[in-house]
Amino acid sequence: MEKKNFTCLGCPVGCSLTVFIEEKEVIKVEGNQCNIGVEFAKEEVKEPKRKVTTSVRIKNAEYPLLPVYTDKPFPKDRIFELIKLLRSVEVEAPVKVDDIIIENVLNTQVNIRASRTFVRKNG
Amino acid sequence: MQLKDIYDVVVIGSGPGGLASAIQAKKEGAESVLVIERDKEPGGILNQCIHNGFGVEIFKEDMPGPKYAEMFIKEAESLGVEFMLDSMVLEITPQKKVYVTSKWYGFNEIQARAVVFAMGARERTRAQIRTPGFRPSGVYTAGTAQRLVNIEGFMPGNRFVILGSGDIGMIMARRLTLEGAKVERVLEIMPFLTGLTRNYVQCLQDFNIPLQLKHTVKRILGKNRVEAVEIVEVDENFKPVKGSEEIITADTLLLSVGLVPEIELARSVGVAIDPTILGPYVDEEMQTSIPGIFAAGNVVHIFDLVDWVTEAGFIAGKGASRYALKEKTEKVLIPIKSGNNIHHVVPQFIKKDALEKAPIKLMMRVSKPIEEKVWIELRNENNLIFRKLERYVRPGEMVVLTIPQKTYDEVFKSNTLYVSVEKFGG
Ligand SMILES: Cc1cc2nc3c(=O)[nH]c(=O)nc-3n(C[C@H](O)[C@H](O)[C@H](O)COP(=O)(O)OP(=O)(O)OC[C@H]3O[C@@H](n4cnc5c(N)ncnc54)[C@H](O)[C@@H]3O)c2cc1C
Ligand code: SF4
Repeated sequence: MEKKNFTCLGCPVGCSLTVFIEEKEVIKVEGNQCNIGVEFAKEEVKEPKRKVTTSVRIKNAEYPLLPVYTDKPFPKDRIFELIKLLRSVEVEAPVKVDDIIIENVLNTQVNIRASRTFVRKNG
Repeated sequence: MQLKDIYDVVVIGSGPGGLASAIQAKKEGAESVLVIERDKEPGGILNQCIHNGFGVEIFKEDMPGPKYAEMFIKEAESLGVEFMLDSMVLEITPQKKVYVTSKWYGFNEIQARAVVFAMGARERTRAQIRTPGFRPSGVYTAGTAQRLVNIEGFMPGNRFVILGSGDIGMIMARRLTLEGAKVERVLEIMPFLTGLTRNYVQCLQDFNIPLQLKHTVKRILGKNRVEAVEIVEVDENFKPVKGSEEIITADTLLLSVGLVPEIELARSVGVAIDPTILGPYVDEEMQTSIPGIFAAGNVVHIFDLVDWVTEAGFIAGKGASRYALKEKTEKVLIPIKSGNNIHHVVPQFIKKDALEKAPIKLMMRVSKPIEEKVWIELRNENNLIFRKLERYVRPGEMVVLTIPQKTYDEVFKSNTLYVSVEKFGG
């Protein structure tokens, strides 16, 4: 049996997890304060994922950038691929918070959503 | 908007602390509530905190800073809270006259029945850490860089050294890396991490950014622009260890060396300030030493979770509304003192009968990390009143102790209360 230590990234509490693994399957998790910790450990063993937040360019808004976020955790080893794609994206105001900017980005079942509202600025 | 001459509650600052205060003041019955903000939009520092991690405690949802702010801005607006933007409060008097200069309304004198200070914090700058060298361009506080990168849309440099392992420093290390910069090193003078462990994992480890504890910047090289940073190891007394110097090529140094409450207004009106944290002394309603003046958020002490700023804001807003509507309360205060391994505690006072209405949440920071089970204890001169088990304590993570109402009698007969960290099993 293999034993690994992770920090749960499910919430800011950041529990120290001790994860027991047998043949790539998680059989026990200790140190979690809620069930999210167990799910996190399973995913961290199988395919590590992270929530990604960044920005895309926006036209006709108060500021030049629209902050965006992945609405689900995104495969960790593809983050730079995602960032590269988002660098080429430009949207136009108005945008509402949680509007989908890109659906099912890079075929990951993850959507890119706006993290704030921008009204349209004249000119 | 037509400004009134007199408001029940005036809130200064529209970050999460100010928004929560304004919302709660309205809900508790205050008729007119005004929020004054110097920026052109409400939300405070959350507008530039585009990363996630906000809202888990309150909404059970993990969201980015701007979205969290927007939820509260909308709620405040729907409750009829008035906003005065592009407006800066210059001074207030103990009689709660608020002097404010505004892009839209010119100079104004507004009378408040109660005031909430929610001005947030500001970052320590280079002057406060006294780094020798010329004054080249390329030295920023992490928060300034955060605003540039996340809102204004430009990069302050290509190769970075970051001083300070607090959350803002680590979050910026990741952000700059995603934006294509190289973060050479994060340095921390203390022998432990000062931010959340989760940020060490997802901001530094994930991107292979080295963290060096017990290290600091000795010298900045470069005359017009930063060219390199000389770093050095320090011993237990923070003295440089000879021969441990290393020169790191970099064009930008980010300072993330802590926040200090923004208390100029508070100081000038004369509220008593706690010297260990530089925020005003408050009681369990977040009322300062001047009746009717309350404080919420980072202006009181530096919080690590915005959710807790919001909760403390609700408390301040409730107190302010109650004061404005002239409810009477008991005035005898019991001081709460920091004992063993407690760096500071907020509130520093509670009213004798405070537990009558609700449990009281004490927020504290420890001085030293302990990586095993400990008790967090509340005592008076004679007895242990209440204690709670923590699996570890770290200076970077605020400890909360909620005093239950069932301890009312014991608390009522105390002259002083003490909080401390004690050995488990003891
Ligand atoms: C640069 C920086 C980055 C941070 N990053 C994070 C992070 O990533 N994650 C996290 O959890 N926490 C972060 N924090 C901590 C964060 O400040 C708090 O969690 C929270 O936002 C504090 O809320 P607040 O309402 O007390 O203050 P703020 O959000 O700072 O709001 C204070 C507001 O008061 C206004 N103001 C001040 N003085 C006046 C005046 N005289 N007149 C009118 N308006 C005034 C300011 O413009 C500002 O909008 C950061 C803090 C700073 C300074
Ligand atoms: S286990 Fe639950 S409480 Fe602990 S960090 Fe993960 S999500 Fe948070």
